[in-house]
Parts: sequence; C-alpha cells; structure tokens
Amino acid sequence: MAHLIDRRQNAPNKSAVNRARFLRRYKQQIKRAVHDMVAERSITDMDRGGDVSVPRKDISEPVFRHGAGGDREIVHPGNREFVKGDRIPRPEGGGGGGGREPGTGESEDSFVFALSREEFLQIFFEDLELPRLERNMLGGIEESKPQRAGYTMSGSPTNLAIVRTMRTSLARRIALGRPLVQELEELNAELARAIAEDRPQAEVEALESRIEELKRRLQRVPFLDEFDLRYRNRVNVPEPTARAVMFCLMDVSASMDEAKKDLAKRFFTLLYLFLTRKYEHVDLVFVRHTDNAEEVDEKTFFYDRKSGGTVVLSALQLMSEIVAARYATGGWNIYAAQASDGDAFGADAGKSARFLSERILPLTRYFAYLETPDEAGARMSSLWVEYQEISAAPDTFAMRRVTRRDEIYPVFRDLFRKDVGAQAA
Amino acid sequence: MSLISTGADWDFELIERYERAISACARDFNLDTYANQIEVISSEQMLDAYASAGLPVGYPHWTYGKEFIRNEQSYRKGYQALAYEIVINSDPCIAYLMEENTMMMQALVIAHASFGHNSFFKGNYLFRQWTEADAIIDYLVFARRYVMECEERYGEAEVEAIIDSCHALSLHGVDRFKRPQPPSAREERARLEARKEYEQRQFNDLWRTIPGREPTHSTGKKRDFPAEPEENILYFVEKHSPRLEPWQRELVRIVRKLAQYFYPQVQTKVMNEGWATFWHYNLINRLYDKRLVNDGFMLEFLQSHTNVVCQRGFDEHGFGGINPYALGFAMFTDLRRICEKPTAEDRHWFPELAGADWLKSLDFAMRNFKDESFIGQFLSPKLMREFHFFAVADHESESELFIDAIHDEGGYRRVRKLLSEQYKRENSVPDIQVVRYERDGDRSLTLRHFEARNRPLKGEEAEEVMKHLSRLWGFTVRLESVDPAGTTKDTLECAR
Repeated sequence: MAHLIDRRQNAPNKSAVNRARFLRRYKQQIKRAVHDMVAERSITDMDRGGDVSVPRKDISEPVFRHGAGGDREIVHPGNREFVKGDRIPRPEGGGGGGGREPGTGESEDSFVFALSREEFLQIFFEDLELPRLERNMLGGIEESKPQRAGYTMSGSPTNLAIVRTMRTSLARRIALGRPLVQELEELNAELARAIAEDRPQAEVEALESRIEELKRRLQRVPFLDEFDLRYRNRVNVPEPTARAVMFCLMDVSASMDEAKKDLAKRFFTLLYLFLTRKYEHVDLVFVRHTDNAEEVDEKTFFYDRKSGGTVVLSALQLMSEIVAARYATGGWNIYAAQASDGDAFGADAGKSARFLSERILPLTRYFAYLETPDEAGARMSSLWVEYQEISAAPDTFAMRRVTRRDEIYPVFRDLFRKDVGAQAA
Repeated sequence: MSLISTGADWDFELIERYERAISACARDFNLDTYANQIEVISSEQMLDAYASAGLPVGYPHWTYGKEFIRNEQSYRKGYQALAYEIVINSDPCIAYLMEENTMMMQALVIAHASFGHNSFFKGNYLFRQWTEADAIIDYLVFARRYVMECEERYGEAEVEAIIDSCHALSLHGVDRFKRPQPPSAREERARLEARKEYEQRQFNDLWRTIPGREPTHSTGKKRDFPAEPEENILYFVEKHSPRLEPWQRELVRIVRKLAQYFYPQVQTKVMNEGWATFWHYNLINRLYDKRLVNDGFMLEFLQSHTNVVCQRGFDEHGFGGINPYALGFAMFTDLRRICEKPTAEDRHWFPELAGADWLKSLDFAMRNFKDESFIGQFLSPKLMREFHFFAVADHESESELFIDAIHDEGGYRRVRKLLSEQYKRENSVPDIQVVRYERDGDRSLTLRHFEARNRPLKGEEAEEVMKHLSRLWGFTVRLESVDPAGTTKDTLECAR
C-alpha cells in the first residue's frame, strides 16, 4: 500500500535562496544588462521587470569535455537516402556529423531570464539617493496620523465603544448586586424555615420587610451608569516624513526635435520613477515652455505636442510663482530638473541665468540642467555658457550634455549619486 | 469489475484506488518494488525539484538558482512543459505527482514512476551496487546541514569557491569499478577492537624469541606516488591534498558522494526510461483489459504515450538526439515480441531468446545490463530498420564526413556496435586520471588525459577546470595529454 502525501501546502519557493545567490553572484553582468535595457526601452515600459541576458560563457561551469577534432562516429535515426560510403560536406564549424536543427528556444551564447519589476527597479536605482534630502525634517501639521490609544472615560458619542461600555456595566452590576443577592437568598431560606417552624409572627414580618428592602435596593442598581461609558481614544502621532517637490522643466519649442525631446523625456521618466519609488511624499510639478510657460499634467507633459519659440525665462518665472504660491520654503525640499537644447535668443540666456542664480537657486536644494545638443561635439549653446558661470556653486547646481539615449542613464546616475548628498551635507 | 473513475478530476481517494489497481496488475507481472510514497506537489514545487535534480533536499548553491531560473523561464515562456513526475531512487521510493495532472495522467505517472522506475531502481545491478537507497535522504539532510554550518563559520564565499571547484571536477569524482563502501566511524572502531582482541587471544610469548628479518634498506630510489593511476580525482584530492582544511575535505566528499549517487542514472537512461515506459504501457493496458478504465481514458492515455515515445529523424524539426524513452520502450517491447512471436531473423540473431518466457527474459535484461551493454546485446535488426539508424563518421584526416554504416544486412552489427559505444561513459567524459603527486618534491600534481582516437580536450574549458583543481590542490597542477602510443602531445600547467 502506497503512502500518499499532500505536499502542496508546503512553501514553494525552496529555490528562492539559490536564485538570490545567483543574482548576487552575477550582479555586475545583470547591472550591465539592465543598463542596456534602459537605453532600449520606451518610457511607458520602464516601470516593469524584464528579460535580462547574461553572456553564457560568464556563467557556464567548466568541465573536462572533448573538443573538436579526432575521429568519431555518431549514430542518428531517420535515414532516408544515405547508403554506406556516401560522402557529406563537413558542416560549418567543423562540429559533429549529421544535422542538428539550429537553435530552437534560447540562443546558445546568452542566458536569458526574467527579472521581476521589484528586482529590476532595485538594480536600476541602486546607489542613487535624492541629493541633500533632509529626512529628519518634520512635515507640516497635516502630516500627523491618528493612532489608536486605548479607551477613555470621556469623548464624543460617535466614539462610544459599546462593547467595552456594556462590559463595564455588567461588571459594575455584578459587583454592586452580588452581596445583596446572596443576602436575599439567605433571608428567603430563613423565612421559609420560620414559616415551617411556625415562629412568632413578628419575626416573620421582620424578615419579610427586610426582604422587601433588599429587593428595592437591588432594583436601584442602574443598568447603565455614566461611570460605565467608554470611548475609543485616538491620538495624533506626528510622522517624520521628508517632503519634497520636484519641478520638471522642459523646452518643447520647435528647435527641440523628436530625438531631443525623447532624451529629455527619458531623463524625466527616470527621475519620475526614481522619485515615486524612493519617497512617498513627493509632489511633481511639470512645466513646459515654448515662448511662454505653462503648468501641465504628467500626461500632457510627456506626450502632447506643441511648438513655438523659446523663452527659457518664462519657465523659471512660472516655477518661482508656483513655489511662492504652493511650496513656501520650510516645509518642502525643492528640486528642479531642466531639459533644453540650449537655444535661447538674445538676452534670454543671460536673463535666465541671472534669474536662476538669484531667485531659484536660493529656493532649491538641487537644480539639474540637462542639455541635448545636436551632436556630441557641437559648440556650447548660449544658455550653457551663461549657466556655466553659475556652476561655481556646485553643490546645488549641476549641468550635463547628452546626445545619445544610452548616455542618459550614466548621466542620471552621475547627477544623483549618493555622495553628492554626502559631500553637500 | 466496474470503472474506477470517469472524467479528468482526481482526488486522493481515487489516487489510492488507482494505485491499488495498478499494484494488483504489477503483481500479475511479478514486478518487485520498494514501498511507494506518492507526494502531490504544485508546479512551483516541481520547478524547485527540477533545480535540485529531483532531490528533496539540497545544499544551497548558486548553480541550483541558475538551473531554477532557466527552467522557470522556459516553462513560463512555454518552451518546455514540466515533467509529469519526478521519482527518487530511495527506499521508500518517492514519486512526485503534479496537481495539474488529470486523473489519467496521475494513473500513468503512478504506473510509470511508482512501479516502472521503482522496480528498476530495486532490480538493476548498477543501482544495487552503487547507491544506498535507504540512506540517501539522510545523507542529503546531513550534507545540507554541514554546508550551511560551514557557511556560517567560514563565510559563504569560501564555501562557494570550494563547491564551485568540486562541481567542475564532479564528473571525475566517481569510482567506476570498485564499490565505494566507506566504513562508518563506528564500524571502523569495532573492526579495530575485534582485531586487538584476536591478537590478545593469539598471544604467545615464544614468537618474540624468533629472530626477525633484517629490515630491508630502501633503495634510495623515490617511488612514484600513487603507484597506480587514480581515476577518481576528487577522491584523490580529498585524501591527499596538502592544503585543504578538514572541513573543506568534507565538502569535497559531499560533492563526490552526490556525483556517485547519480552515476548509475546517467548510465541507464535508455534502459530506465524504456523500462518505466514499457510498464506504464502494459499496466494501463491491463487496467483496460480488466475493464477498470473506459475508452476515453485510453484515448487520452495513448495520446500522452505516443508523445512520450515519439522519435524524430535527424533532419526533422524538433530533433533532439535519440529519445531514450522511444529507444528504450521499443527495445523492451521488441524483446517481448522476440520471445513471443519470433521470426526467422530473430531466431538467427537471438536463438536463446526466441520462444523463451518473456517475463523472465525482460527481468534478466533489466537486472544485468546498462545502456551500453543492453544495446550491444539486444538491439535487433528489425528495430534498426524501424528507427532508420545510420552512422556518420567524422575523421580528422578526411575532408568530408562519410556514412560508415546503415540499417542494412552488411551494417547491422556495425551500427549496433557504434550505437552501443555512443552510450559509453568514455564517449562523453574524457579519460583523465591522476598519475603523479610529487610528495617529496614541489608537491605538484600531474593528471594525464588518455586521448582516445585523437580526440583532444576543449582547450579553454580545460584550463578553467585546471584553475579550479589548483585551488583545491593548493600547489601547481599539470595536465598531460597522451595519445594511445604513449607520447605526450600537450601539457597544460596551472601554477599556484
């Protein structure tokens, strides 16, 4: 008779520990693969896991085996037309005889496997930290969170804890009534005996009146007393959260062609993913500008088309207005990232740079400027030249030029390196 | 008799009833098995089991993670279906059934694993000689605990490095000819006690007075060590490595023991799967003959069965070499046919089988052969024709490949011999042995690769393996490739 066991309830994931070891061992290769993936992907796809491929030779485990060369015979099934002595040209690569179908399934030289979304983002954002975020700063009053804290004797009727109240009531009634009930029972027994023994009338009457009095006293114990009432108690506990607001400024003028916009979009997408992942309380403000600036929602910011001239200053002005209106300093850490091809006309560049250094930078903890020139070797744009003068204050301002998709990720990492914050702090 | 069940759903009671019914059929055929333990698992658990080569317990190592990821990936993508079962050579014999299987599938799997494989494990000489079915699970538990303790004490990286190196050599950590029987510490002590007691009883002071022989002076010539080449490299490392710590030796031993455990499985793939397939086919058919299952069940069964024993031609899409299920099933079925309805050809080729009792003949074949000898002995011309076997020769000196032999009158013996050799272990695992250990010199270790038919080693990979070996050995290691004439063709040295 066989022994039948249902193992389905046992935890599956027995291999989780081995899987984790594998990922840890090939971290370098996996990181590289994630990096390539970021460069390849479209923005909407960024926020999910993906297939990572690692060179097979990196992870193969060597054993002694035969190489090409020497003599051998191989037996195959399915002969149709061959007879003894037929000669067949050697297949490419000099490998064994007969024909193996070329790779069905995964390719021979890379090991492909899926990273979950969590794993992907973990590797993606590793070592990155939003610069100079002061985590210890307490948020505003609305950041406190009510928390249960037992029961109180007073409170509003909506908070009445009925079960708890009834329990106290019951306890009180028992406590006050028990000795009386007991005495009453004794007296009743005494009375019964007195009647049976035919004692004097006076004694019987005394007992009866005593019983009456006890009964009245018992009735006077109230069902519910004010003393019984219990209310649920809540206290407000302040939550130490660091709040931040991130301004995304982008030039969408005619000179920003699709490729450049794509670069900028990527930069912001990374930023967006990074923020939404890392911090729970982060506000995002999207400001796009041509010759005038407007605040838009995320979708419009990334996917809506608009063209026109370029006035960088308008965006900076709008940003400072929004800050003044909604994010008065103190409660908020303000960060901003600006993307532009740097084509600014006339006095705009100079004015923008001045406005930035005088009005914006004092407000913000960090300002990153990403320039997307036509080609890597292009001459410096007017905005770049002007901005360069500000970069004398390097701990709050950073600027980079990017021309290719796959440069975005390193720049992003570079700009938001952990140690930027460490140095500045 | 009435049907056991209809429909695809299964429950535990039905599984038990099928198991009893199949067990009754198996008794009709005199199948001798270990006790059965049947465990129902989910597909995730099946993937876990895959990663650890089917063993229920294993030590933690990244390579199992890799295996897991690989299987999971191809399963998720639909490249590969999961096996319907995994069976472990242990006593009791543990078979895993997937919960996704239909009732028919569960019955098939019980017949295949719990009776087919099980009886093979119990009967075949390789398994009888080389593995201890009753001890393997305990050993695995011990190994896992030991490895984890080492990780705690010496760090994961250290342990991983040693195990990596051992894995690289695990194919050469197998005793092929002598049965490994390490006496346990207790047995060893008991043996010493017994010996002392014997000496005491036999003590006679007289012997002391007899003049002893002059001690022979050593000739001064250093003897080679080891005296005979040692083919079990991991064993040699474990016993003689000058550098390894005791715990590292124990790790080497663990990997070696596991490699040894899998040694018979690799050599009996065709037979083992063929035997199990043959029996599931016959047992289920017997259920049908007894009217315990209906036509729907049989149609579903036959479809699965034909999928399992499908053999594609070398030039067809999806060809993945010779299917061991197909070849093994065909051979056992053919054996039965030869016994029951021999043709003139069979009488000529297998005079001792034609007309013999088929149950006894099959049982004999199952017990006493491995793939290589089984094919060499029992592959009939009829099967070679059915499979359209042909042999391609690839000789270094020739510019083209040529057809060595095909399934015709002149080629039967040649094809059979070549196919049999194809299943020889030496065909896939190069013959490499330890030949010299400079005990009194620089402590270097020399391996020798005995090249068969001029087939060289794969260079870069061999180098990697040598690096692993030098990590285990701690001193310089050398690999000489020697051709059959005895001249050294190539030397690979990995200094430390």
